[in-house]
Amino acid sequence: MSNWIDIAALGDIPQRGARVVKTSLGCVAVFRTAEDDVFALNNACPHKAGPLAEGIVHGKSVTCPLHNWVISLETGEAQGEDEGRVATYPARVENGRILLDRSFLRARAAA
Amino acid sequence: MTQKLVVIGAGMASGRVLEHLFDAGADYDVTLFNAEDRGNYNRIMLSPVLSGDKSYDDIVTHDTDWYESHGVTCRFGEHVTAIDREAKTVTGQNGTVPYDKLLIATGSAPFIIPVQGNDLPGVITYRDLDDTNAMIDAAAKGGKAVVIGGGLLGLEAAAGLAERGMEVTVLHLMGHLMERQLDESAGFLLRRDLQDKGVKVICQASTAAILGETQVEGVMLEDNTGLEADLVVMAVGIRPETRLANDAGLTVARGVEVNAQMQTSDPDIFAVGECVEFDGHLFGLVAPLYDQAKVVANSLMDEPDAFVVKELSTKLKVTGCDLFSAGDFSDGDGREDIVFRDPMRGVYRRLVVEDDVLVGAVMYGDTADSNWFFGLIRDKTAIAEMRETLIFGPAYQGGTPLDPLAAVAALPRDAEICGCNGICKGQIEDAIAAGATDLGAVRATTKASGSCGTCTGLVEQVLAVTLGDDFIMSAAASVCACTDMTHEDVRRMIKSQRLTSMPAVWQACNWTTPDGCHVCRPALNFYLLADWPLEYQDDPQSRFINERKHANIQKDGTFSVVPRMWGGITTPDELRAIADAADKYAVPTVKVTGGQRIDLLGVRGEDLPNIWSDLNDAGMVSGHAYSKGLRTVKTCVGADHCRFGTQDSTGLGIKLEKTLWGSWTPHKLKLAVSGCPRNCAEATCKDIGVVCVDSGYQISIGGAAGMDVRETELLVQVPTEEDTINVIKAVTQLYRENAKYLDRIYKWMGKVGLDWIKERIVDDLDERAALVDRFELSQSIYRKDPWAEHAAKKAASYQPLANLSLEAAE
Repeated sequence: MSNWIDIAALGDIPQRGARVVKTSLGCVAVFRTAEDDVFALNNACPHKAGPLAEGIVHGKSVTCPLHNWVISLETGEAQGEDEGRVATYPARVENGRILLDRSFLRARAAA
Repeated sequence: MTQKLVVIGAGMASGRVLEHLFDAGADYDVTLFNAEDRGNYNRIMLSPVLSGDKSYDDIVTHDTDWYESHGVTCRFGEHVTAIDREAKTVTGQNGTVPYDKLLIATGSAPFIIPVQGNDLPGVITYRDLDDTNAMIDAAAKGGKAVVIGGGLLGLEAAAGLAERGMEVTVLHLMGHLMERQLDESAGFLLRRDLQDKGVKVICQASTAAILGETQVEGVMLEDNTGLEADLVVMAVGIRPETRLANDAGLTVARGVEVNAQMQTSDPDIFAVGECVEFDGHLFGLVAPLYDQAKVVANSLMDEPDAFVVKELSTKLKVTGCDLFSAGDFSDGDGREDIVFRDPMRGVYRRLVVEDDVLVGAVMYGDTADSNWFFGLIRDKTAIAEMRETLIFGPAYQGGTPLDPLAAVAALPRDAEICGCNGICKGQIEDAIAAGATDLGAVRATTKASGSCGTCTGLVEQVLAVTLGDDFIMSAAASVCACTDMTHEDVRRMIKSQRLTSMPAVWQACNWTTPDGCHVCRPALNFYLLADWPLEYQDDPQSRFINERKHANIQKDGTFSVVPRMWGGITTPDELRAIADAADKYAVPTVKVTGGQRIDLLGVRGEDLPNIWSDLNDAGMVSGHAYSKGLRTVKTCVGADHCRFGTQDSTGLGIKLEKTLWGSWTPHKLKLAVSGCPRNCAEATCKDIGVVCVDSGYQISIGGAAGMDVRETELLVQVPTEEDTINVIKAVTQLYRENAKYLDRIYKWMGKVGLDWIKERIVDDLDERAALVDRFELSQSIYRKDPWAEHAAKKAASYQPLANLSLEAAE
């Protein structure tokens, strides 16, 4: 069962941009694409834990600012030759508000 | 029975009438009077005669043979004194001739402003060949000329006189030049270009008097400004020459009134040209005059025809000032403007739309599409469907993305492909036909693409078009996987197709991804802002994090903060502020950098706006230690303290840094200024280095001390600080207009060659000045502190979107 929390307005994140949401166990990066799709991923690249929220967003991917790994926003998988996966969390937009799923964030906290 | 036609005035309109009549075999015995002692010539071309591009012989439209072969009795150099409508005769100084039909083509007289001294020798008007010759004679003596009137004619006179070496000032009564044809913005660009040609322009200048005893000596303005002048040209306007018509009792308003058949109030008397008034209109441009001439000829042959007033367009015939204006461009209810500006290239376009129809157009700088726009105005074409792209011209209508190969295939044989070596498409095609079937062979036989190399892609496209499937395109590295185009191709497309936004580039260059990637987006963002500094809005989302957040990201996700220390000089107060900031934000590491400043490492992202704000309060700004742009100007202490110093190297370094800071370049740009050849500032391994010597400043470029270590090569030695600063601005601008993104100067220099750079910066002072201007234009946007701006306007974006720490811990 889902349990959505209103995080912020969609407009608080620029298109092709990201902002972080702080949790007690590190940050979740919330991305907004050019198409206004919203994705939530763990804010740490599987390579050297680079802050993905600081990366360049293109299509439905983000490039890590430290060593240019490209991570799929949909699956969290590293693209191309690189191997690794970032945890992803349910996120959606409703009436211009970004919503994250509380239970998944909790599960993460408990993990 | 052969009728007698008498024509008064041998201008462009009457010349055209006679052509039509003789071409149609009309049965007329013609007598042609002309006050000037010559026949018909092309008056529009007087400006090229004045500027020396053409001679009188070049512009004669009808010569003695022509008049003879058509039986025209020429009475040139003879003034007509009277028309007797009762007797149907015309009387000239040398006798009277009878007419059956009379054509008045007396043209116009220049308007002489009624001020004291307007009749002094040396005050002339600009209407005919005699005036032109008078100006040419005056210019041969050199000296100063004042042209009164900043309209079409006055400006052509001014440019011609300047071309002939006179020091020219244009006085214009109105607020901007050519106010009847241009709006204010285009008038400004025109004024700037004229001033570049050495023509001084004073607007809102009302002439009070022309000064001189026996010869003109100067002009006095209403505001008591005095200007010296050896020649004064009055070009304030014209009025129809109607004296003869008036005396003959014809109906005359401002001009000789005619009906649509060009008939005056006397049915046997016609009038044509600038002396005419039709339906309240006067005429000064050649197109309607030619229309009138056709109507006059038909009327004389009893063929039905009617003159209608059409939309007019204007072009200015001054080399280097491309200007076009057509229709009506005044503001009004229900009128909307579409404006395109590219101040860097001096291009301005304004379209005025009313009820989905184009009613006016002003173009400056690039008038290539003017005929197309003029057609839309004239034909009142509905433009609703193409409105979005209308301003970009005909190439953008139809919506298919541009295929570079098709564009190359469409080029004519004389289209220049390689600008460095002056090689045209035809020469390359010939070389290919002669067996040069790959890039290397074409380069070896024609030199095309052998110099700066930016046309390599074009040469390959010519090969591909010519050889078809036989040509295998060499795998020139494309920008990234999103496109097949190279950096050079993309830069050329951005400039030539006027692509001013990232979506426009993606569209025009067939990007295969919806919005690029982390490789191409920063490159495109740079190219767009470098080529269109005023038009293009910098896109933070296409910048690497360091440039987006104006700090250097560290491996743990914290940032480093480096405030600027101009020329490496600091003060106790600045050092105290840096120390306080380091304490306040618990900065773990404080390090002195190689660029002579202090790096605060380990600042948390959300603290950035606050630490910047504190540093701003102490008078410090961003050091751009994170940018592909100007980093530092390293200096030694120079003549201030050092016993060997030859110049004020510290002072020059500070001036350079204050001029260049904030500028974006293809890669980082490091400078240094050493006060003597001992070179303590290590200037000879910088991108641009200055070594001071007793006789001036040695500027060298293309050094590096990173993965590659290179010594700079001497660009030029100049005598003054001002020259030094200008050369460095110019070379920086040349670099960023031409280099590939992420090429340091030495890499770019390796491709284009130091000689290519010298030709533009050292040998061609006009080019140097133009580069400096473009650099300054761009800096008018980017020479500012991003820290202050972000601290004031964007601070919130540095904070987390939300804090769920407590939430998750529940």
